[in-house]
Amino acid sequence: MDITLRGLWTMIHGMAFGALYLLACSGAILEFHRLTTAAPYSEPTLAQERFLKAYLVAMVVLSWAAVFTGAYIIYPWYRVVPPRAVPPHDAPNLAMFPQRLLQSNPATAAWHSFGMEWKEHVAWFAPISITMVAFTFIRYGRHLRRHQQIRAAVLVFAAASFVAAGIAGFLGAMINKAAPIQGGPVIHLRPSQE
Amino acid sequence: MLSRSAAPLSPPITNGSGAAAILSAGIGCFALAALALAADKSPAVRSFLNFYKPTGPLSGVTTSAILIWIITWVLLELLWRNRTVAFSGIKIAALFLLALSFLLTFPPVGDLL
Repeated sequence: MDITLRGLWTMIHGMAFGALYLLACSGAILEFHRLTTAAPYSEPTLAQERFLKAYLVAMVVLSWAAVFTGAYIIYPWYRVVPPRAVPPHDAPNLAMFPQRLLQSNPATAAWHSFGMEWKEHVAWFAPISITMVAFTFIRYGRHLRRHQQIRAAVLVFAAASFVAAGIAGFLGAMINKAAPIQGGPVIHLRPSQE
Repeated sequence: MLSRSAAPLSPPITNGSGAAAILSAGIGCFALAALALAADKSPAVRSFLNFYKPTGPLSGVTTSAILIWIITWVLLELLWRNRTVAFSGIKIAALFLLALSFLLTFPPVGDLL
């Protein structure tokens, strides 16, 4: 059982940060809505309010960690250019150059021209939106009940953050399936059984 | 009657701070989409935004958009923090910018422009 360093980072980016963020999103939207609606039975305790604030801050950290690891660790490996001075009959193995691998086949080229082009930009709406949501909730807390328009706008941005992260997560998973990020030192998770 | 565990509400807060955060988030998203489109269309902009070579123009697009977002937020927060502002127009503008941002980053739409 082995994994390469690049594969491990891709997993950390996609599973530890991205997928966890998506999971947290649905819970946050529901809890946020519940705590800020005017129904008297949903009057939150200080502990519940504190919990949601900490939860939102954790989501902010996850979302920024996902986009920064994506843009500055994974993406450079994705877009690395193969050596140029190789004759056509001795073409490099494109498995180590995911973007070029996708572009080399008409059946997979759209995963780059559509998938990566959209993912690399839309993903950033998630941290921007959720940072605003967290700030607003920390600033207003239950006072949001008195600011229905702010509450509505914050909920739309929270939903937009979820959609942006969902698009980026789905496209990232599909792209990595078509052209996995590989290479770097091999990490042995379990010794071979020979 | 408030339950024992419920937190007491402190005096009301104006809507200015929330309006500043919401509008600047809309502006930040739109700045990112507009810069991404500009980098896609113009080689000069693409080259200018290539802040970190391994990541390419994406580094400049996102760094610049984050700076625009943060600076706008700080300025609006300072201006509106203790004020009650007309929120309807701000909300519409912010949500319009957010929707436009999604649209502009969608490659088939970007290719039409």
